Amino acid sequence: MHPAPSVIFFTVFSGIGFGLLTFLGLGFPNVTGWTAFAFFVIAYLCAVGGLISSTFHLGHPERALKAFTQWRSSWLSREGVCAVVALVTMALYGAGLVFFGQRWGILGLIGAIFSLLTVFTTSMIYTQLKTIPRWNSPLTPAMFLSYALAGGALLAGQVTWAMALLAVAAVVQVLLWAQGDGALAGSGTTLATATGLGAGGSVRAFEPPHTGTNYLLREFAFVVGRKHSMKLRVIAIVLMAVLPIALLAAPFTHVVALLAVVSHVAGALAARWLFFAEAEHVVGLYYGKR
Amino acid sequence: MTTLPTATTKKLGLVIDLDTCVGCHACVISCKGWNTENYGAPLSDTDAYGGDPSGTFLNRVHSFEVKPPVLKDQPAPEAQLIHFPKSCLHCEDAPCVTVCPTGASYKRVEDGIVLVNESDCIGCGLCAWACPYGAREMDQVEKVMKKCTLCVDRIYNENLPEEDREPACVRTCPAGARHFGDFADPDSHVSKLSAERGGMDLMPEQGTKPVNKYLPPRPKDTLSEGAGDIDILAPYLEPVAQEAKGFLGWLDKTLEKL
Ligand code: SF4
Ligand code: SF4
Ligand code: SF4
Repeated sequence: MHPAPSVIFFTVFSGIGFGLLTFLGLGFPNVTGWTAFAFFVIAYLCAVGGLISSTFHLGHPERALKAFTQWRSSWLSREGVCAVVALVTMALYGAGLVFFGQRWGILGLIGAIFSLLTVFTTSMIYTQLKTIPRWNSPLTPAMFLSYALAGGALLAGQVTWAMALLAVAAVVQVLLWAQGDGALAGSGTTLATATGLGAGGSVRAFEPPHTGTNYLLREFAFVVGRKHSMKLRVIAIVLMAVLPIALLAAPFTHVVALLAVVSHVAGALAARWLFFAEAEHVVGLYYGKR
Repeated sequence: MTTLPTATTKKLGLVIDLDTCVGCHACVISCKGWNTENYGAPLSDTDAYGGDPSGTFLNRVHSFEVKPPVLKDQPAPEAQLIHFPKSCLHCEDAPCVTVCPTGASYKRVEDGIVLVNESDCIGCGLCAWACPYGAREMDQVEKVMKKCTLCVDRIYNENLPEEDREPACVRTCPAGARHFGDFADPDSHVSKLSAERGGMDLMPEQGTKPVNKYLPPRPKDTLSEGAGDIDILAPYLEPVAQEAKGFLGWLDKTLEKL
């Protein structure tokens, strides 16, 4: 799959933003006034910034409101609905903390649940696609949720939680990679089933339908950079989890915490780039690509 | 609504005969022509005369080579070249429809045709991700999703002469490799053809239940066996001079003796 920067930024930052909102909604850290204000600004910048960047890859962003209508069937629509509910609830809850010094716990709880549901629905957009066997796994939502919670704990300054959740995220990520590498072969979809010609012998793509490129090849048959995937995986895990855990284990200062956050975000971006770049869409089979 | 209808009254679709398709791409061109001039946004081309041409098509023809296994009774089997037209299969369980967040993609209850309402499409591309067959393409100029309409604006069009009320690709195919009809009717031309010739589904394991059926190619003719002569004119093409004369004749004989 083509790793569109807007979608990579969107999934990483909105994940972290909603992760932070989850912790704030549950009262970790239990802050009020200007401190609460600062936490909420960071959370909304990440979450809303991510959502806005996701509209950059739309052909007609001016019609985006229509995307709220199909929540009965479409995960993308459900994501939009959950995000709005989460953001509105958390805004009310945040206003209570910042302006009235009050913690309206029930609002926080609802906001936290919808924040996590937003991350879950995002992950289901990818997980539901049988056409991309690498994503079509329960490990995909596990990965998105563990990243969001780890990033959220890190930004919320919950050191112990952050260390544990970063480790969980790393383990889930490695499992997803390990399983993903055999997913296309395991899916049973081959050029033989795609063409129905397998009964006659071995099938090979002989000539593509067009001499130039097209939308399908640009969008689905992205193979650049896959040869470095092993190195990138190591870099991603080290930056995303190993380094931040090591930094958090050291005595806490704000500089060290900031370094941990920067490292985690860089690692998460690299891992998310791989998530797209390594994903094989079955339509590539028709072109003799994978 | 992007939930799928539980059943459709008709199941309109195509039979594509891989045995007769000659790979001429006429259906590709007639499809592009009709759908650029009619229903919805035109199918754009970008950099059409430049170094990196690209365009939107609703129907494309691949070519595949099938190499039979080497067996004892066929030590050197001949490979077969199969031309393979591919357009939307108007799936019964169309994953492209259920993923759509706006309701722009839908499957019609009356005839099962899968369409995009372009004025609702936000161009998110998710439906193209969900289609295993590469049957949907985002138009690079209009930024909306394009796909085969089964020529919905021809098949019911009373302004066209009767013989033209079928999809442009079917009407145009010089080899008669594409057939249009209703698969819900067991007595229709397409249902019978599919039953007779073993019409197959593409990627059945994806669970999309395609309506369009593909007819497998028949085994390749074995030209070198049997009577021998390929052509009735072959006897007239016998070489006139079988024996070499002059210097070459001498050389031939000498070399043979060695
Ligand atoms: S072929 Fe693709 S676009 Fe057409 S109905 Fe099936 S899944 Fe949808
Ligand atoms: S590209 Fe258009 S038709 Fe396809 S899923 Fe998005 S909104 Fe629906
Ligand atoms: S039915 Fe019409 S739109 Fe579909 S491939 Fe044929 S010509 Fe194109």
